[in-house]
Amino acid sequence: MTVLTFTLVVLVISALAGFLGALTGLGGGVIVVPVLALALGVDIKYAIGASLVSVIATSSGAAAAYVREGYSNIRIGMFLEIATTLGAIVGAILAVHVTTHAIAIVFGVVLLQSAYQSFKSTPESGAPVESDGLARKLHLGGTYPLDGKRQEYGVRNVPAGFGLMFGAGALSGLLGIGSGAVKVIAMDRAMKIPFKVSTTTSNFMIGVTAAASAGVYLSRGYIDPRVAMPVMLGVLCGAFLGTKVLARARVRTLRIIFGIVVLVLAVEMIVNGILGKV
Amino acid sequence: MDDQRLEIIIGQLLRAGVLLAATMVSIGGLLYLTGHHADTASYKTFVAGGPAVQTLAGIVQSATHLQSEGLIQFGLLLLIATPVARVVLAMVGFALERDKLYALVSFIVLAILVFSLMRAT
Repeated sequence: MTVLTFTLVVLVISALAGFLGALTGLGGGVIVVPVLALALGVDIKYAIGASLVSVIATSSGAAAAYVREGYSNIRIGMFLEIATTLGAIVGAILAVHVTTHAIAIVFGVVLLQSAYQSFKSTPESGAPVESDGLARKLHLGGTYPLDGKRQEYGVRNVPAGFGLMFGAGALSGLLGIGSGAVKVIAMDRAMKIPFKVSTTTSNFMIGVTAAASAGVYLSRGYIDPRVAMPVMLGVLCGAFLGTKVLARARVRTLRIIFGIVVLVLAVEMIVNGILGKV
Repeated sequence: MDDQRLEIIIGQLLRAGVLLAATMVSIGGLLYLTGHHADTASYKTFVAGGPAVQTLAGIVQSATHLQSEGLIQFGLLLLIATPVARVVLAMVGFALERDKLYALVSFIVLAILVFSLMRAT
């Protein structure tokens, strides 16, 4: 394959991944890495390096739009970023020391969870809770728009959420993905933060988390300009288009298609990882 | 200035940063394709690219010599800088609001990011 063909193919795949990732809210990285590794035979280290920069691009690029909706909570985000950035450094250092087969298998397991997530419909938020002691001390509670007014909400179980966030950061650093799904679980399930607040705050945190791994990736040469260029530009264009059509799209059908694609990739990653082919 | 207004300004700055980075990467990419389009693409086995794409100083030097891969990598550095800028701006915002606790929290996050990026020097 010539460099021109490779660049164009990767550009198209990445645009598609960014588009689907934005529509389903699961991010483009989970598709780009396995497709590069499985279909194009790209070494997984190049793939996760390229994916990581595309994750930063979509997170930073969408920040203004998310903030305007008035759901994201900068205090919750910043506080939990202590955990995700520390986790990200640990994950990125781990990525340097474990075999690519092991990375492929862990990636497959994360893909299985993403597939499950996309088959399931969006969970309804429970009623807002009162903050517990530690959350009150940290001023983590806030308000979000509801029926034209601001609804107050509190935060619970800060240590558990903090721990889960460390894990989310480690996965992000190990696999070059945003791991937004784990971040949302930590906030929504563990800390009882309303779902919409969790998803928008998570989008914010993804870029900062990825930046913490970027230093390690860069110094090891995982961020290669020849591979990262088409991935970053493709995912960014795809994600931009995705957010534009989001309001009109039949997201339910798309989520099922996305889920099937991710499920197939999950099985392929795990099998190829075990056979030592990736 | 409330949190949301501050965040909207930060969000707009981030988007501008991303656009600038994407432009830089596109320019570098076009230059790269002009020179290398007919080369064989082989990324099956990982080989680190060397200081010109791995260290901050090497990237800046390569970019100032208008080498295509250096320009792409410089664009990617700009991109990596956008979340770092977000943390810095949030820290300043919290300091202006006299929110000492969150100015400190932001500072800790910034210190972790700087620690990571220092590895690439």
